[in-house]
Amino acid sequence: MARKKPEGYLSAKESRKISRENRRITSELEKQRKRKKAPESEYLTQMRDIGNAVEFDNLHTYFFTDAGTVKSVDGVSFDIPIGKTVGVVGESGCGKSVTSLSLMQLLQRPQGQIVEGEIRLNLGDRAYDVAKMPYEKLQDLRGNFVSMIFQEPMTALNPVFRIGDQLEEVLELHNKDMSREEMKRRTIELLEMVGIANSEGVYKMFPHELSGGMRQRVVIAMALACNPRVIIADEPTTALDVTIQAQVLDLLRGLKEKINSSIMFITHDLGVIAEMADYVVVMYAGRVVEKGTTEEIFEHPAHPYTIGLMASKPVVGKQVEELYSIPGKVPNPIDMPNYCYFKDRCEMCLGKCEGEYPREISLSETHKVSCYRYDADETKGGNA
Amino acid sequence: MPKATEISNDYVPVTYDPQYILMVNALKKYFPIKGGMVSKTVGWVKAVDGVTFNLKRGTTMGLVGESGCGKTTTGRTILRLSGEKSGGQVLFNGQEVYDLSKKEMRSLRTKMQIIFQDPFSSLSPRLPVGEIIGEAVREHGLVSKAEYNDYLDTVMSDCGLQAFHKDRYPHEFSGGQRQRICIARALALNPEFVVCDEPVSALDVSIQAQIINLLKDLQRKRDLTYLFISHDLSVVEHISDTVGVMYLGNLVEYGAKEDIFRNPLHPYTKALFSAIPVPDPKAKMNRIVLEGTIPSPANPPSGCKFHTRCANCMQRCKEEAPVQREVEPGHYVVCHLYDK
Repeated sequence: MARKKPEGYLSAKESRKISRENRRITSELEKQRKRKKAPESEYLTQMRDIGNAVEFDNLHTYFFTDAGTVKSVDGVSFDIPIGKTVGVVGESGCGKSVTSLSLMQLLQRPQGQIVEGEIRLNLGDRAYDVAKMPYEKLQDLRGNFVSMIFQEPMTALNPVFRIGDQLEEVLELHNKDMSREEMKRRTIELLEMVGIANSEGVYKMFPHELSGGMRQRVVIAMALACNPRVIIADEPTTALDVTIQAQVLDLLRGLKEKINSSIMFITHDLGVIAEMADYVVVMYAGRVVEKGTTEEIFEHPAHPYTIGLMASKPVVGKQVEELYSIPGKVPNPIDMPNYCYFKDRCEMCLGKCEGEYPREISLSETHKVSCYRYDADETKGGNA
Repeated sequence: MPKATEISNDYVPVTYDPQYILMVNALKKYFPIKGGMVSKTVGWVKAVDGVTFNLKRGTTMGLVGESGCGKTTTGRTILRLSGEKSGGQVLFNGQEVYDLSKKEMRSLRTKMQIIFQDPFSSLSPRLPVGEIIGEAVREHGLVSKAEYNDYLDTVMSDCGLQAFHKDRYPHEFSGGQRQRICIARALALNPEFVVCDEPVSALDVSIQAQIINLLKDLQRKRDLTYLFISHDLSVVEHISDTVGVMYLGNLVEYGAKEDIFRNPLHPYTKALFSAIPVPDPKAKMNRIVLEGTIPSPANPPSGCKFHTRCANCMQRCKEEAPVQREVEPGHYVVCHLYDK
């Protein structure tokens, strides 16, 4: 919809036209969402596989900006099985976080909107489609059934409230009949669970009195407060040191076993993914380019982007003269090409790559890749 | 109230050895803690507390450690960027950096440069890129006016920037490109020694590789010496020749990269290396998880500063601070375990 001059210049008139159009689209979507009494049948749905906690199905999340529509997530499908960890990797701006925010419905509104697709959430006896749920209903699920561990423990906590108060707020919202004493007991229990020794003391502290690792533990405790079935961890260790990172990863692994929930683990560190995840989803420019079990992805990476990503990361104990670097850069999200998004940076292009965006090809039951190199009659190319 | 302690300043001065471009001897940098009504100094934050190492010409030394251990302060103190040092020596080409007058220091600045951590905040948003890179060149009069433009073009193309980028502003560039601008700014002065303060930690993996390759490439071309500060151990292993491990203001272990990574000696180094995630799902983990967090540098533990978290702590560690000793040729460690 963005009619742009070659240099990407927009005149005021064009910009106004775009924003008018955007307002029309977003206000319509917002109206749908803000309804107080939406019938349950509208968002009631059926899981494709009852063993999945979450199913993303052809999700499209767009941001309607004044410069044009940014297709942050453009047809993403993957499943999070119950009790498993799914790692999502990709460069910044590839739509990892937007995918998770779509599940939580925490997108920047009204610009950010889910325009197509389903996010099916398995509630045990029934399944809801988050993409169609009104905000009011979602409040009950958010923090209770699905919760999120944010990236920056420094900014995720409110500096003017005590740790105990912030944790109790979650409990209070979702357990209306809990008494004060019960809440305090549960909070202290949570703090102990995430490995805070001085839990009574920390209960009364302010966030600034804690170190980065401790704050991250508090954020994790907050996410676990209501025994969520699905935890989204958005780069939970990126802001931490390696030694603290090791502590936090150990903690998350232990907790997952204890409460048997599913984790969606977003990171750009392949090392962390290899350690934590059962399944890996590789995203590039708003689409899933490859997905499979951790062994499949790390031992037989198929998509050129995955291969490049792995080659560009130095590994301790493996000496290389020069690191591989993927040439070029990510295409402009407002103006995506109509062929494979990775084609301009790919060093393994075939003649067929000129065609439309490649479909998903199954290499095994779990291993899927979107690349023409693996299309039916093509013999499997060697790993570069 | 605790008394403001006088900084003890006992060290054996080193003599200049021409094979080393930089000799750092028992370097200390303390920051005062002000308190009370009249802003009296009530204590010191011992950010750098006796760091000793030598750096050979044309090599890269990696400096690793947790945040808050004094890596950056070490780099800045070597460059005389954070006021006066608190003790020790910094010999650059045999010249004590802190003995120079303001004028002499100014001319030395062209020889030693720094690349800052965050390419988003270290570039002035109001200057065009050409001015950011060229300002210091003009100020120092490195090239004549006639050659200025050509010189700038050469530097920029060396760093992977194009000539037409000169008139653009930093906000028009991506993170990787900005880091290239920072590198070009440092290298425009034709320095011998560059402190790289976490130059790639704010960048994506694929961009990281580009910048690391660029730094290595420039080192070969221009015979540069790097002090590479990073908390990413895999990057440090890739780029460095020697590696120093810091903990709470002390350099606990230092030696050739091969020695440090194949045979870490200090318990902290061992724990640090075992915490690196390996991108191989089948890799066995033999992790030494350090308990607790780094103590406050304002009130460090007595004796060996690491004894509160150390698995091999002995009675002696709590009382007596260990000294640096050479365990293998060129491999130094500060730990009582290796006392003979």
